[in-house]
Amino acid sequence: MTRESLHPDPERATNRLCVIDCDIHPKTSMEDLKPFMARHWWDTLDTFGARPRHGFASGFPYPKAQPQAARRDSWPPSGGLPGSDLKFMRDQLLDFYDLDYGIMNFLSPTGQGFQNSDLSVAMAYAANEAARVRWTGPEKRLKASIVVPYEDGEESAKEITRLAGMPDYVQVQMLSRTSELAGKKRYWPIYEAASAHGLPVSFHVFGYSGWPSTSGGWASYYIEEMAEHCTSCQSLLASLVIEGVFERFPRLKVVLIEAGFAWLPALAYRLDRNWLRLRAETPHLKRRPSEYIREHVFVTTQPMEEPEKPEHLMDVLDWIGFDRILFATDYPHWDFDDPRHALPAALTPSQRRMILSENARKLYGFP
Amino acid sequence: MARHVVAASSEIAPGDRKLVDAGGRAIVIFNLGGEFFALANRCPHQAGELHKGKLCGLVRSPEPGVYEYTREGEMIRCPWHSWEFDVRTGKSWCDPARIRTRRYDVKVEHGADLVEGPYVAETFKVAIENDYLVIDV
Repeated sequence: MTRESLHPDPERATNRLCVIDCDIHPKTSMEDLKPFMARHWWDTLDTFGARPRHGFASGFPYPKAQPQAARRDSWPPSGGLPGSDLKFMRDQLLDFYDLDYGIMNFLSPTGQGFQNSDLSVAMAYAANEAARVRWTGPEKRLKASIVVPYEDGEESAKEITRLAGMPDYVQVQMLSRTSELAGKKRYWPIYEAASAHGLPVSFHVFGYSGWPSTSGGWASYYIEEMAEHCTSCQSLLASLVIEGVFERFPRLKVVLIEAGFAWLPALAYRLDRNWLRLRAETPHLKRRPSEYIREHVFVTTQPMEEPEKPEHLMDVLDWIGFDRILFATDYPHWDFDDPRHALPAALTPSQRRMILSENARKLYGFP
Repeated sequence: MARHVVAASSEIAPGDRKLVDAGGRAIVIFNLGGEFFALANRCPHQAGELHKGKLCGLVRSPEPGVYEYTREGEMIRCPWHSWEFDVRTGKSWCDPARIRTRRYDVKVEHGADLVEGPYVAETFKVAIENDYLVIDV
């Protein structure tokens, strides 16, 4: 499939439409991690298994809509799991859409959030090494997020410092459900190291913190978990702002991945209104909460809210800022967005270019 | 309207589906218990290829806690976002709020007695002639 056939519009046919995908999930296996783990930790996993914070022995806390939460057409002919085969990922994603770059976020195995902090540190190290061997080494369009054992801020900062400066890694990856709210001091070493090295910090939704995912406990259905990402990300973002993280680390950039974004303007309005009345409580904040959000926070598109009237989505994008929105496919997951079809038709060519590639190019410093 | 011979009917066993090309259009043909039905191989949402989807039934629930599994194997579920289409009619069960023009165009002609979604994967009439499947496009 050629560019021209994708974009029959004459302006676009002559001006190549660039796409940078800000959320790809490659599947690295435990075997891939093994060479980078000390014998002790490998034996621990073999003998005792992983110890996540949530109380389930194995499997997902919620069943996914599709096996491996993946597009049903994303299982590689080679036989592995979706996202595990680089050639097939090229066929189905990198070459098919002619991506300029793809940002990889690793969901498992990474050890993120494990109760056993030392094991979490060891697995994050191995996941980051495997990322280079399996993905960014052989495929220069792919860039990795640095997996950090985020419940241990100091160790996370060491891992960031170890890898910062290598062109393979372009951001620091956390998950949205942390064992304390993301603005708390225990996580500050992560923000300090990331901002010192000019790396954005991403919060990809999911992760199991040990707390129920709602203040009313565990919901019954997967669909409730999917919607809950909006509320958990509101809490984490409010925490980052109100704890003064952006005041303390003025170069820090935060990317919220897969959380939707229609909730973001409403949160900012509410924080601003209350801040004007309650300033005495948080004297460390020098500006309106919305100003910190506007300056420091980016959101990815997939999965976008799809309101009944499409113009409402345009309003939301405008309120957030067209320069803060990053396109993402979420490949190979079932709620994948196709760059040809997912964005609102009402975008101007300039807004479309910003969302599809220019914002990410600037944020991640791509040529 | 052109007629395209796209497959021998014996190529598609009951419960199976096959992707064919009819005058440049990608079309997926389903065999439901000896009856053939054809849909455009393109989900109207984001263009997922329907022939790679799972055939499933229709779960109905008259009230919470009561479930009925009906029409087994007659709904094709898009491999991407799980939008479901009635193989017999192409009608969507997934997103009643969108693309109303399409709904009006196509749905009215079908008198299914189920409560149906508003829009339709493009459907094609399939006929068996001398053991070949012929599609009018």
